[in-house]
Amino acid sequence: MSLLILVVDDEPDVETLFRQQFRRDLRSGRFTMEFAQSAPVALQRITDAAGVSLILILSDINMPGMSGLDLLPKAKALRPDVPVIMITAYGDAETKRKALENGAEALLTKPIDFGTLRTEIDTRIERTA
Amino acid sequence: MLDTLLQSAARLCEADQGTITQRKGDTFYRSVSYGFPAAFAEYVKDRPVELGRDTATGRALLEGKVIHIPDVQADADYTWNEAQRLGGFRTLLGVPMLREGVPMGVLALTRTDVRPFTDKEIELVSTFADQAAIAIENVRLFDSVEARTRELAKSLDDLRTAQDRLVQTEKLASLGQLTAGIAHEIKNPLNFVNNFSAVSVELIDELRDALGGVHLDSKLRAEINEIADTLQGNLDKVVRHGKRADAIVKNMLLHSRQGSGEHRAVDINALVDESLNLAYHGARAEKQGFNVTLEKSFDPAAGEVDLFPQEITRVLLNLISNGFYAASKRKAETNESDYEPTLAAATKSLGDKVEIRIRDNGIGIPAEVREKLFNPFFTTKPAGEGTGLGLSISHDIIVKQHGGSIEVDTRPGEFTEFRIVLPRRAASANKSGGGA
Repeated sequence: MSLLILVVDDEPDVETLFRQQFRRDLRSGRFTMEFAQSAPVALQRITDAAGVSLILILSDINMPGMSGLDLLPKAKALRPDVPVIMITAYGDAETKRKALENGAEALLTKPIDFGTLRTEIDTRIERTA
Repeated sequence: MLDTLLQSAARLCEADQGTITQRKGDTFYRSVSYGFPAAFAEYVKDRPVELGRDTATGRALLEGKVIHIPDVQADADYTWNEAQRLGGFRTLLGVPMLREGVPMGVLALTRTDVRPFTDKEIELVSTFADQAAIAIENVRLFDSVEARTRELAKSLDDLRTAQDRLVQTEKLASLGQLTAGIAHEIKNPLNFVNNFSAVSVELIDELRDALGGVHLDSKLRAEINEIADTLQGNLDKVVRHGKRADAIVKNMLLHSRQGSGEHRAVDINALVDESLNLAYHGARAEKQGFNVTLEKSFDPAAGEVDLFPQEITRVLLNLISNGFYAASKRKAETNESDYEPTLAAATKSLGDKVEIRIRDNGIGIPAEVREKLFNPFFTTKPAGEGTGLGLSISHDIIVKQHGGSIEVDTRPGEFTEFRIVLPRRAASANKSGGGA
């Protein structure tokens, strides 16, 4: 069964960027990625993915409407087993504290260090294997 | 005016001499005299009048009523012999000048012969004394009105200064917010530029690998390789400039962090030390091979100052980075093999003020530059290395926002030293407008 990573960000170019960065893994079918441009769309996708092997959720914080920090507890309620990593341009201590308190696995800052992100993903994949 | 009054009273009552005694502070003095020999005037000038029965004036002050001594030599209580000898008087009249029943002075008249004052004369002197009391009271009122006016004028000046500083703080705060807003808006697209250019560099490598296995004639292959090289070179430039822009944006965000509008008591040594570290690591991250010796000399008594920490940090970062720049520049230009770029930071308690010195042994500042040092947009750095706003903003923060001072001492080719002096209550002066 293929492993799924869900990426939540309101910037459409995030999808292009991620697909290029992880092109080899996606081509080889190591995992698949799906993209949601808002928190409600993401929640819908998480609900639909009940049977799917969702291994990781990456979410932006600053989004119009429901923010990433609002999404976090709802996503954890739906799938307590799936780790959520927050990605934000605001790396201040207060945001970090809030994210970790609400059950986030980690907080990465933008511009995304894809080396770090790759390590995080590899860890999840090894855990499921 | 009191001179004239005393003179008229003496003439009308046929007195030879007279004095007017007034209160100065807590003590009474014979401040005006008429008709006495110089020796007497000199003798009484700085001598306080004691309340007591031994002198006519003292007795009038003590009892608060008219004292008439027909012959001083026949008055057992009168014991001020030295004055009597110098003044040569025999008959004395002391009339208290009353304000609301309390003596505020005495009008005294004397005759050198024994000739008592008539009731009519005493009544006349009493009228004069009343006039004198009114005159003195008016002078006192006038003085106090004048003092009050001076006080009001001063507090108006203080208020204006405080208002200027508030406006300045407000401007800086809104400038900070604007900067933070712009920085965030720029940061998001900039992140894409940086991320996409980085992945594109990899993609070109993959393109080369893919083409490696394809059979192509050598001319076409050379052409493709050349284009790939150029593309990669361009992308490297995009990455480099993107990182530069990112560093600028980060700096802008650092300067405009939330809470920059708050002032609080801050340990001045810790603040200077933190700024030194920030500037040092910033410079090392920015320029490879950068190095400078840091010398710290912190006065343990420097203690705390009430200030806007973000703003003062900004000033210190600016001065320290300038120092690094000057020292690096001398290092690059010099032939002296033993030249060691050094930056010294020192603090010193000046009681109700604190001094901070930032000194570098760099290229120094020429006289013509020194004059324009604090002007907005004035810079000597090449395009892209400075905005020319650093020192002018620093000046505003220190002088206008904190009521302190900033001075520069320099010798071209040797050193530059900035000296900042901050009052301990530097920032709270800004808030005093509503209080007093």
